[in-house]
Amino acid sequence: MSKQSKASNEPFWWALFGAGGVVSALFVPVLIALFGLAIPLGWVEAPEYQSMCTLLASPVTRLLLFAIIALCLFHWAHRFRFTLYDGLQLKHLESLILVLTYGSAIVAVIFAGIVIWML
Amino acid sequence: MAHRSKYTSPRSRRYVKRVPIFWWVRKWNYTKFILRELSSVSVAAYAVILILLVRVVGAGPAEYQEFLEVFQSPVSIGLNIVALAFVLLHSVTWFNLAPKALVIRVRSKVVPPMFIVGMNYAAWIVVSAAVAWILLSP
Repeated sequence: MSKQSKASNEPFWWALFGAGGVVSALFVPVLIALFGLAIPLGWVEAPEYQSMCTLLASPVTRLLLFAIIALCLFHWAHRFRFTLYDGLQLKHLESLILVLTYGSAIVAVIFAGIVIWML
Repeated sequence: MAHRSKYTSPRSRRYVKRVPIFWWVRKWNYTKFILRELSSVSVAAYAVILILLVRVVGAGPAEYQEFLEVFQSPVSIGLNIVALAFVLLHSVTWFNLAPKALVIRVRSKVVPPMFIVGMNYAAWIVVSAAVAWILLSP
């Protein structure tokens, strides 16, 4: 791969990272607070199974959910890639890290698409 | 550094200062930077949890119930407290940096940074309330 083509990929991944940063900052804290703490600790009632079905039956919810999941995963991939480069000084393992981060994010996004589509 | 017998270009032989792996533990600002970057792990974990949630809803009421029960274990509660702390750090640092990334001008005047930060926090409150309302209203 030439230097040039590598450089031209960066804005694309950075844009996904940025969009994912906004979406995760807005949506993830409330989701963790609800599903991770408030519901299991009994502070609030868990959503009924039927209402979850109704909610997920709507194409708007599905599309929104898919967008949130995909952007969160790409946000992670980009940020974690640089955490490994800088935090653990692993710049020399660049190609392996690219596969592990962007690769697993792409696989997970495809999986999310299938799961949401097949629902 | 291991000696290599094969030819290396002069470029790759430039002096590179060795940085210790745990360079970020000695200064709180650096540690904070790494903690902020690690918040992405919580974000990814919840993306996966959302996928699993869709799956269990598709599978049936018993699977959905089982899924909810997994979160009741003390281990899960502990992990979720940590995850929440990380994403709160992410949200706060992200919103506070927003005016640096996004400079808005209205009639050639720069919108004050505090206004942009305020708008971000307002959006955060609105989104959180909307998500809670949609999920918890019977």
